[in-house]
Amino acid sequence: MNPLIPMIASTVVAATPLIYAALGETVVERSGVLNLGIEGMMLIGAVAGFAATLGSGSDTVGFIAAAAAGVALSLIFGFLTLNLQTNQVATGLALTLFGIGLSAFVGHNLAGLPVARLEPITIPGLTAIPVIGDLLFHYDIMVYLSVALFLAVQWFLTKSRSGLTLRAIGESPGVAHAIGKSVLTTRYLAVAFGGATAGIAGAYLSLVQTPMWVEGMSAGKGWIALALVVFGTWKPARVVIGAYLFGGVTQFQLFAQGFGLPIPTEFLSMLPYAATVIVLVIICRDPKTILLNQPASLGHSFHSAA
Amino acid sequence: MLRLERRAAPSSVMSVVSPLVAAVGMLVTGFLLFSALGKDPVEAFYLFFIKPLSTTYGIGELLLKTTPLLLCGLGLALGFRANVWNIGAEGQLTMGAIAGGGVALWFGDSDSNFAMPLMLLAGVLGGMAWAAIPAFLRTRFNTNEILVTLMLVYIAQLALSWLVHGPWRDPEGQNYPQSQGFGDAETMSILIDGTRVTWGIVYALVLAVVAWVFAQKTFAGFRMQVAGLAPAAAAYAGFSEKRNIWIALLLCGATAGLAGICEVAGPIGRLQQQISPGYGFAAIIVAWIGRLHPIGVVFGALLMSLLYLGGESAQMGMGLPSAITGLFQGLLLFYLLAADLFITFRLKRVVDAPEPKPAARVGSAA
Repeated sequence: MNPLIPMIASTVVAATPLIYAALGETVVERSGVLNLGIEGMMLIGAVAGFAATLGSGSDTVGFIAAAAAGVALSLIFGFLTLNLQTNQVATGLALTLFGIGLSAFVGHNLAGLPVARLEPITIPGLTAIPVIGDLLFHYDIMVYLSVALFLAVQWFLTKSRSGLTLRAIGESPGVAHAIGKSVLTTRYLAVAFGGATAGIAGAYLSLVQTPMWVEGMSAGKGWIALALVVFGTWKPARVVIGAYLFGGVTQFQLFAQGFGLPIPTEFLSMLPYAATVIVLVIICRDPKTILLNQPASLGHSFHSAA
Repeated sequence: MLRLERRAAPSSVMSVVSPLVAAVGMLVTGFLLFSALGKDPVEAFYLFFIKPLSTTYGIGELLLKTTPLLLCGLGLALGFRANVWNIGAEGQLTMGAIAGGGVALWFGDSDSNFAMPLMLLAGVLGGMAWAAIPAFLRTRFNTNEILVTLMLVYIAQLALSWLVHGPWRDPEGQNYPQSQGFGDAETMSILIDGTRVTWGIVYALVLAVVAWVFAQKTFAGFRMQVAGLAPAAAAYAGFSEKRNIWIALLLCGATAGLAGICEVAGPIGRLQQQISPGYGFAAIIVAWIGRLHPIGVVFGALLMSLLYLGGESAQMGMGLPSAITGLFQGLLLFYLLAADLFITFRLKRVVDAPEPKPAARVGSAA
């Protein structure tokens, strides 16, 4: 087999959790809410999905539990920022710190336990095709669902009426409120959606990528997802492309080992983080790019008297 | 019916009461949590909050852990006041430890009087250099400091990991990823006999006073506060945003770097892979609990330090996972943010009247 094929395949697997988390956050931010708690929600999703799969033996139950846990956590964030109008940056940080603590607390008995990896599905006829079958039709179901999620988010934001409402609220909540749109409801739904996808992203780590529960296993992926939203200038298609690029960067380690490059593993592990910084610099270098693309009310609390 | 109403002016009483409300909220939640886990809450509370402080050694440990929390918290508080969201104090701490630790290793077992001052200086400069990266990227390239400072945490930790696995590994350390132990002159002297407290806590407390003077009495501190409270006013007054960002990040880099070298030259005594259980992140909560006020930060750091000790004590005494510390830290910040609502709003009883025009409604009823 061509050595490139397993590399591309592992890139896709590495990118999938980033796609879930970043697409969710894209929707959240398009509604004008900045949720910095992705890392915390991912960890909670990872531990909840792992525990549920371990208990029930079903990956489906695991992913549903992960999404539910992510939603539950995001609703705390929603209540604080939307009802109590707390600072979104501080509350998101609190959510991450809380998620790290809660997941470690809940999962302290689960560390090291084995769970069966979610296996790739076989599509009769297609998977057997040489090269193409391995490249396109040999992934687990969550990879295909991530593509479906992308299409759905893309359609929702650009073609649907509610998507238009959501974007209007993100740009100018005051105007949207004045014409009778409920800023609160829309933002709550967006935040919950972001929670669900972050939870699923976390469960993908603990059920597919690793597959086991390790304290703090998301290792900054939630923050990279946040950077991807900026990288994608809040557009789903670019966010997904960015996720695959980052997935590739994380796989550079395998590439370097394959070619016997004498680089210490620590430096290779630094690559995704360094790449995030570089990418942010490139995108943000021109303030106009951000000004034109960032939802105008991002990070600002809205109360109708303002 | 109760309704939230904006206060005419933020309540200064509430801003002091709110951390206490948050602490009580955390304790009540802790009580429920311990009960739910089938543990005796009274015993758990005793183990968590009283037992760690019942010996001189325990008090010493409290001050020992307060040191890095206070140092990082001070730097962060000054930055947050100016709306500079540096969340990477952990990375600046790590870089301070690397730079200062490198100097210590260079001195080896020498008993030079220059060793310790140079180590502290290197620690401070290491932290500042690491904080200069996000300052430069933010001021020159408009790059969000939240993400950059956080990414640099991971990079600093990996750099430390590489050093203690590779070039700086102790050849006689049986392959443990750690450096040689620092010499006597390269280790901070103990402040109180029978404890592990070093001079670090003195530096931290002095810096708290210095930070208070800087924040409250200097023009630079005033400019930063205006930039945080009213960015438009700061711009109108001609205060340079870039200068504020540089000052905020460099100050935090300096204090966090000092925290890092005080840890490795103090209780740890060498460089190793893990040098901080997340002090730099916990310091975010410390800064907030301390109301971003340098003196308040001292109390915030003491409380957070107690949470660390309590977690360890509850782990040993009751077999509770030490991760409970992280849980309490998160809860504390949540409750604090919620309680802060009442700084700017108050609950008012209203008679059931026909709903006024939507434009007059504030928030939603709690």
